Amino acid sequence: MPSSTKDSTNTDVLIVGGGNAALSAAIEARQAGARVRLVECAPESLRGGNSRHTRNLRYLHETSNRFLTGPYREDEFWEDLQQVTGGATNERLSRFLIRESADLGDWMIEHGARFQPALKGTLHLSRTNAFFLGGGKALLNAYYATARRLGIEVEYGVEATRLQLDGDRFVALEVSNGGGTRIMEARTLVLACGGFEANIPWLKEYWGDAADGFVVRGTPYNRGLMLRQMLDAGARSVGNPREFHAIAVDARAPKFDGGIVTRLDCLPFGIVVNRDARRFYDEGEDLWPRRYAIWGGLIARQPEQIAFSILDSKAIGRFMPSMYPAFEADSIAGLAAQLGLDAAALESTVSEFNNAVQPGSFDPSCLDGCRTEGLTPAKSHWALPIEEPPFLAFPLRPGITFTYLGVAVDERARVILDDGRATANIFAAGEIMAGNILGRGYLAGLGMTIGSVFGRTAGKEAARYVAE
Amino acid sequence: MSPSRLSPGKLSPDEQSPGELPLNSLLVTEAARQMTICNACRYCEGYCPVFPAMELRTAFDKGDISYLANLCHDCQTCYHACQYAPPHEFAIDIPTVFAKLRVATYAEHSRPRALSRLLNKGRMAIALTCVVAPIAVVLLTLLLAGVTSSLSAHRGPGAFYEVISYPAMVGPAIATLLWSASVLALGFLRFWREIGGRPIQLLDLRAHLRTFAEALTLEHMKGGGEGCTYPDERFSTSRRTLHHLVAWGFGLDLASTTVAAFYENFLGRIAPFPIWSWPVVLGASGGFAMLIGCAGLLALKRRRDPDPSADPSRAMDVSFLILLFLISATGLLLLALRDSSAMGLLLAVHLGFVAGLFLTLPYGKFAHVVYRYAALLRNTIERSPDAR
Repeated sequence: MPSSTKDSTNTDVLIVGGGNAALSAAIEARQAGARVRLVECAPESLRGGNSRHTRNLRYLHETSNRFLTGPYREDEFWEDLQQVTGGATNERLSRFLIRESADLGDWMIEHGARFQPALKGTLHLSRTNAFFLGGGKALLNAYYATARRLGIEVEYGVEATRLQLDGDRFVALEVSNGGGTRIMEARTLVLACGGFEANIPWLKEYWGDAADGFVVRGTPYNRGLMLRQMLDAGARSVGNPREFHAIAVDARAPKFDGGIVTRLDCLPFGIVVNRDARRFYDEGEDLWPRRYAIWGGLIARQPEQIAFSILDSKAIGRFMPSMYPAFEADSIAGLAAQLGLDAAALESTVSEFNNAVQPGSFDPSCLDGCRTEGLTPAKSHWALPIEEPPFLAFPLRPGITFTYLGVAVDERARVILDDGRATANIFAAGEIMAGNILGRGYLAGLGMTIGSVFGRTAGKEAARYVAE
Repeated sequence: MSPSRLSPGKLSPDEQSPGELPLNSLLVTEAARQMTICNACRYCEGYCPVFPAMELRTAFDKGDISYLANLCHDCQTCYHACQYAPPHEFAIDIPTVFAKLRVATYAEHSRPRALSRLLNKGRMAIALTCVVAPIAVVLLTLLLAGVTSSLSAHRGPGAFYEVISYPAMVGPAIATLLWSASVLALGFLRFWREIGGRPIQLLDLRAHLRTFAEALTLEHMKGGGEGCTYPDERFSTSRRTLHHLVAWGFGLDLASTTVAAFYENFLGRIAPFPIWSWPVVLGASGGFAMLIGCAGLLALKRRRDPDPSADPSRAMDVSFLILLFLISATGLLLLALRDSSAMGLLLAVHLGFVAGLFLTLPYGKFAHVVYRYAALLRNTIERSPDAR
């Protein structure tokens, strides 16, 4: 092991990570009087983890306000969460999350956040979710400015490489800036450094070579080093390692960091076929906001992790444009040729689908009566025959937002060990512990709720530990 | 396309062959590439009207791009909020590409093009307006009025005209103004057509009123409420405030000149006017406002965040601000020293700067008044409920 220089700055709370959860923790801890130091792996220009790609957060509120069109109460929030996870959630922690999220927007505004008035958009979230003016990077810029004003020490381009523990107590952290390594001592540690979705070799442990076909939508810096070390050190794991929040993105997206502009919302308006030109799931099962998050996982399980959204001209203008143009042809066979699909197979899939479509009145805003009859898998809503050229196609890949494998925490954001004891001075917030809440599925804007609530909790609890 | 070619990788609309395309069309291609990405994101839609206008479109031709570029007030806010800004591989930097396009707009639409290209680079404009013009006027004055008269004190009504005669002062001013106004009017019409406006829409009085109010209040320089990230990543309203000083100061000086012309032609009162007269009060307050505004904007320019690569319109902006500053400074100095023997030369220098301004109005930063107005008008009409 190369020798490390000791960095003996007097730190109460050392925070690993630079996104929403990390900054929320840093701000709370500092305001509680702690000396706070934050190490962010990314350079300053790319700081902020996956939060830089976010746009909104979901939180409990009893009344409408300038940004939210109506109330969103605990029962409804809890039901939504249960529905998307299919019950795979820790109820005690989820209820804690929901209650603690009450009027989160106000706290964020106090610390520099700005929201935009409720606007249109494809997910119809204006009642439940508040939208950051300018998006997540603007939010982070505001938080970093607040952090600077409060006197929080921030270091960029510094990766946490090794934990030094004394039993289950955090002692020091080895960090590297690419050149040398340093040892940072601190009284408490807050891990807010995300999941491991950017660590392809780790994903391969569960997915094999399929992981090569995944697109990582967010930061390339979420390699899960701290997560792995905590698990190795005896932290109790939560979340299925194969589960993640993943959506359908354009297959032409960059491997990392493509963010929002590569996602495709056109799937419900046509059919989705795999490499063999076969359909594999009900494209019209439910409203898109409730289903967009299942398609990443569905495509990840298809051969070669590729799929194609096939549409006709009726779909044009019904979905948000992506940054990539559609493949276009005057015939299904022509489209198949462009996509490298078997023309006869695609033609037969399309005509089978068209023949199964029942008459109905099309309405994309609700669960309409347009469905198929006698087709497996069925398309339950918005089924219109694909017959009007030009025909369009988008190639799809699973776009992973974040992984669910994480460390178990309690309501004080303390990391829980395998034997059920809580660590004394190690806290976790954000995607590294999101699996406590999300066993599966996703609810739009919940990643930021988890980061904010557990980030703030971790910051307060770490400061309290130091004070005691 | 085979499945293997569908493996993750960047689509490269920006890799179209550079070939012999003129700068302008390369810029349009690059701006369209960036707008296509922005249109799939839309996080900035709360900042300014550019993004809502973008959302009304799915493809971007030259007219769309020119329109959006001239609608942009260069506040930098979207750049600092952008998760795709360099060093991200998508390299989104809307303020920079739009600033380049605005310079191109002025060059393309303010004819003759040769003059336009020459002057909108800034350095030539500075040389012409700040050096050549004042020297020429001073020399002419010395020649026509004689050295003695030029260098001695003149007092009382008509004092100015004893140095430079009324026709010699007003004639060239009106001629250059008429020239510049026609160039700008033709440019406006050409630009209006390019951005998809119809001639009949120019008669929409209500749209004009709303647009005029937006322009006068700088409604869109608020960056969604707290000002813009100018000159650096912090939100600030200083640029908007300073611009107000310059624009309103300019307006006050325009009012002063108009009142003075009215006094001379209809009331028979001849300049110089007393200190407590409308032309002097309006002119002096306008002059002070511009002096502070221009100095402030120049200072902001110096501190402007270097991140949005270079500042493509810096030369144009700076030369215009320097010229306005010099006009205000010499105007105020002339007022202070109008009873002294320095009056003659000061008057000549001041009028030299003014002549430089009048001559170059269509080719420099002033043109933004016209083209920005056209874009704002188009936006007002496009957003109005009965537009579509």
